[in-house]
Amino acid sequence: MGSIGLYHYLILSTLLFGIGLYGALVKRHAISVLLCIELMLNSVNINLVAFSRFLIHGDNVGQLFAIFIIVVAAAEIAIGLAICIALYRGKQTIELEKFNLLRW
Amino acid sequence: MELSSLAFWILATMIIISGLGVVFLKNIVHSALALIATFIGAAGIYLTLHSEFLAAIQVLIYAGAIAILIVFGIMLITKGEGKMGETNLFGKYKISAGIVVLIMVSLVSYLVLQTPWQITTELNESLMSDIAKLIFYDHVVAFELAGVLLTVAMIGAIMIARGVKKNG
Repeated sequence: MGSIGLYHYLILSTLLFGIGLYGALVKRHAISVLLCIELMLNSVNINLVAFSRFLIHGDNVGQLFAIFIIVVAAAEIAIGLAICIALYRGKQTIELEKFNLLRW
Repeated sequence: MELSSLAFWILATMIIISGLGVVFLKNIVHSALALIATFIGAAGIYLTLHSEFLAAIQVLIYAGAIAILIVFGIMLITKGEGKMGETNLFGKYKISAGIVVLIMVSLVSYLVLQTPWQITTELNESLMSDIAKLIFYDHVVAFELAGVLLTVAMIGAIMIARGVKKNG
């Protein structure tokens, strides 16, 4: 356990991304899938900030991109919850396996 | 062990444990609370990376606004019926999704460890004024577009959630 370098942050964000991806694939509740997508976006943010701190030409562009990702995540969660509410109004349930409208 | 690496290990453990909690807890309200813990841990990680502005933004927007939004969404559309402990269950594809995620994580970790990153030894200074210059000078068009995106998303969310009138 020496000093903390870029690899530690990258591995941490990879693990967090894996956890989020697993949840997004297996969960049945729609809001739970949204939560897991937020986990994945957070891991990407950690990744970008670590790059902007450690790489030679990092400048601060990584932090800028992290800010834009936060903006997009806020928009995404608002739209996602609105869609969940609209789905719930139509079918009185939010279990994702009950929605096979577009399957053939 | 120096203090900053100790902080990193504590925060990383907290993030991973609460991230696992988001996926594996069976009550969806508990999942949302674990998600807030993950956000705050990520804010601490930003502090160890000397990005104080992003840490503040993370706590304000993620742990504040988005968490409140999610909890309100859960309140509006979850049918507990006295069994809140079974609101956040797994679907059919546990095993295959686990295999996919394991392959993905091991592949990405291998590539991360293989790549020769050009790591700098000195501290990249990141003052508040540098970020302000980036946002309002170099990337001002993207900044304005982000504002437009937020407005459009807000209007769209209201329109979708309000529904359509029956005879309108």
